[in-house]
Amino acid sequence: MKAKVFVTLKPSVLDPQGKAIHHSAEQLGFQQITDVRQGKYFELALDESVNETEARAAAERIAADVLANPVIEDYRVEIVQ
Amino acid sequence: MKFGVIVFPGSNCDHDAYHVISKHVGQPVDFIWHKETDLSAYDAVIIPGGFSYGDYLRAGALARFSPVMKAVKDFAAQGKFVFGICNGFQILCEAGLLPGALIRNAGLHFISKHVTIRTENEYTPYTNELKEGSVLSIPVAHAEGNYTCDDDTFQALEENNQIVFRYCDETGEVTDESNPNGARSNIAGICNLDRNVLGMMPHPERACEELLGSNDGRNIFRSLTASIAAASN
Repeated sequence: MKAKVFVTLKPSVLDPQGKAIHHSAEQLGFQQITDVRQGKYFELALDESVNETEARAAAERIAADVLANPVIEDYRVEIVQ
Repeated sequence: MKFGVIVFPGSNCDHDAYHVISKHVGQPVDFIWHKETDLSAYDAVIIPGGFSYGDYLRAGALARFSPVMKAVKDFAAQGKFVFGICNGFQILCEAGLLPGALIRNAGLHFISKHVTIRTENEYTPYTNELKEGSVLSIPVAHAEGNYTCDDDTFQALEENNQIVFRYCDETGEVTDESNPNGARSNIAGICNLDRNVLGMMPHPERACEELLGSNDGRNIFRSLTASIAAASN
């Protein structure tokens, strides 16, 4: 089983890296992009003894305590078989 | 009186801090490896600058899980002095010992230069030898020094006088132009409610010798030494 964790900056936090990436995308010729926000993606592999509920609980806890800083970031967990 | 300088894998301003404490402050000081769990021999610990754990994940995020950090939390809860400089400030925020977070500089560049900061609160253990409004010339060297926090936290910082230093121009005016990294309200350093924990992005340990361009940083170490002496009386 795998837990996917997506960490994104809270909407209120400025993202200067996203802005620079946006600018680069425009340089490639894509003028229709209105905004770019950079985030982080993690894959946690879990062994077979863990069921889906436990996997979600573990991933949520790890996301809240390590992967994301709740002052500036939000996270979302997805479980895949 | 005894100081400790905590050393994480990737700390690189630990020797600067050690040098200043031993040579200019003139007090005994030890390096403390991050695996240590007993800080009972110390009156103050410095969490120095650098790139603990290579800044993996977020600056300061992984250092929080080092064994010594539990001891640092207990040490701070006892009212002893914890002084985080640059990466040390980032670690203290990640560890929840100070509110808010330090994110990427607004201009994206790593900034290494002398800045001027204004003393906003002279009634802290780190600024009692200074006057409110005193301007210090101290270098910064960071890529993630952009202090951010939510509105409630900011209001609490203001109301409780926890903002200790703000970036300013040479005359002491706090202006947008003098803000090197986009920090909210030009914040360069804050303390906790009890005033015994201070975090700041500028490096006072690099400003203790005229030869290096400024010795304004000595005021902060002198204040801290006076506070330790007062606390142990």
